[in-house]
Amino acid sequence: MSENQEYEIMVIGDAEYKTLLTDKYKHRSPYVRPKASDVTAFIPGTIREMFVKEGDKVEKGQILLILEAMKMNNRLEAPMTGVVKQMLVKTGDIVSKNQILVVVK
Amino acid sequence: MSLRSKTNELRKRMKSAASGGGDKAIEKQTAMGKLTARERIVALLDEDSFQEYDLFVEHAAKDFDMANKYLAGDGVLTGTGTINGYPVCIYAQDFTVAGGSLGYMHARKIVKIMDHALKLRVPLIGINDSGGARIQEGVNSLAGYGEIFYRNTLASGVIPQISVILGPCAGGAVYSPALTDFVFVVDKISKMFITGPEVIKSVLGEEISMEDLGGARVHASLTGNAHFYAESEKECFDQIKTLFTYIPWNNGKKAESFQPKQPKSRTFKLGSIIPSDSKEPYDVRDVIKALADESDFFEIQAMWAQNITIGFARVNGETVGIVANQPMYLAGVLDVDSSDKAARFIRYCDSFNIPLLTLVDLPGYLPGIDQEHAGVIRHGAKLLYAYSEATVPKITVILRKAYGGGYIAMCSNHLRADFVFAWPTAEIAVMGPEGAANIIFRKEIKEAADPEKMRLEKVEEYKQKFANPYVAAAYGYIDAVIEPRETRKFIVHSLAISKNKEVRLPNKKHGIPPF
Repeated sequence: MSENQEYEIMVIGDAEYKTLLTDKYKHRSPYVRPKASDVTAFIPGTIREMFVKEGDKVEKGQILLILEAMKMNNRLEAPMTGVVKQMLVKTGDIVSKNQILVVVK
Repeated sequence: MSLRSKTNELRKRMKSAASGGGDKAIEKQTAMGKLTARERIVALLDEDSFQEYDLFVEHAAKDFDMANKYLAGDGVLTGTGTINGYPVCIYAQDFTVAGGSLGYMHARKIVKIMDHALKLRVPLIGINDSGGARIQEGVNSLAGYGEIFYRNTLASGVIPQISVILGPCAGGAVYSPALTDFVFVVDKISKMFITGPEVIKSVLGEEISMEDLGGARVHASLTGNAHFYAESEKECFDQIKTLFTYIPWNNGKKAESFQPKQPKSRTFKLGSIIPSDSKEPYDVRDVIKALADESDFFEIQAMWAQNITIGFARVNGETVGIVANQPMYLAGVLDVDSSDKAARFIRYCDSFNIPLLTLVDLPGYLPGIDQEHAGVIRHGAKLLYAYSEATVPKITVILRKAYGGGYIAMCSNHLRADFVFAWPTAEIAVMGPEGAANIIFRKEIKEAADPEKMRLEKVEEYKQKFANPYVAAAYGYIDAVIEPRETRKFIVHSLAISKNKEVRLPNKKHGIPPF
């Protein structure tokens, strides 16, 4: 069966190996470096309440919004003191894990 | 009343109790392409060998009008029988009775047959086809699951436990299969998940079908939760029957010996399967077939983490558990999934007195951010742990590459392989020649007039010096360098000589493996 396969090249230890790639390997998600200014959803859920709007000055630790997930109201805080640069969600939005919700600068 | 009339009454009662959820429900079950619970047991066990218990058990629910409801056998069949003449305890949930939902008495029946299996030291087979907890019975159905999980854990490593998923198996119910040794799934019939599509939709707004979320294919190829995938229930039962030829009844016994048979050496020639260039792929299953009796290899988890191949074969009539790097996929690297897959299999074999044969050809661990962040350190360690801990006979054959941490992990001499053989094509080194030369001769390469030419020269130099089995053999890390065609002979001899192997590990309650 191996003759008819379309082999690809995989580099390990500076050597190029001819091999098949598994679906899981091909579909692995690329690494994205988290930014300190982004407020992201650490769990999928629904935006229940928002306490700030774009342009507001915020203190580090100030509550920005309520993310409801698994029947818990999670308070999401400002990661730093600064200005709300972008509000990327609105009340009632369903958000997925790691989605960027607010950008503080 | 005469004996005759009492007998007639018994027959009447039996007929009613054995009728499941009635014609309409059975029709529905059949329309889904599914056999009934009773048909499944009959199809799986040896003819006329099923002896049923607790047929007259009735549910004990009082709330929500349940007191007036009759549920035949409370939605589950239990009993004993034989497969290929081997005794087994078995239960099968009956989806035609209240959706096979698990209530207090339903669970009591399962738990009773589990206790039997453990006490009698015979394998346990559970056929799962259930909508989940019987909500009307509240905390009692949760208690039922808990009792099942507890017994699964106690029986683990004592008797073989097999889960057959022939319908939905959702929520807490999935944890019983997860605790058992082997999970069988059938395309379009099996569905396993913790939270179903509806909950996912309401919480996340994401739509997904049951099949895409937790169908047979998903668990066989993506999650690794299933060990055997079949297209039909019949094929699934045949797989189970084959499995039983390879494993013992319990951890106090050895698997049955069969008449020794030669491999099909005309189809599978050891001398010509493996390309000499260690960067060229091949199918390691051909090597296994060249070594196995009748070239029969019973592969486990064939569709998941394909970069490592595991399964059973017989060599000279005796079952061996085989772990082999598969260069055809991901160059045969170790990664999170393949370490997990192999480690669990090694522990299975060790629990059930099945010798381990390890075939080595790997460039090492898979490099990558996703792997590091997925905890490849912890998962990779499982393999070291499992091999080190295993006290069954351990035979290792190094076919080609064995670099770095991969060399150590693949049942090396250092993890107490009993016999390590290497083919003349083996390259046992701290890393591949390319990588090693680039590091060791960095300065020479950089300063050379023609760095590329110098690099190639140095790679060749390293290859000549270290990419062979003789450096390791000189330290005694390899027991013998052998010709490929002698491999089976060496394995047969090693297995025969290890029959009475006895290793005592330090006394402990249990270890703390990295899981």
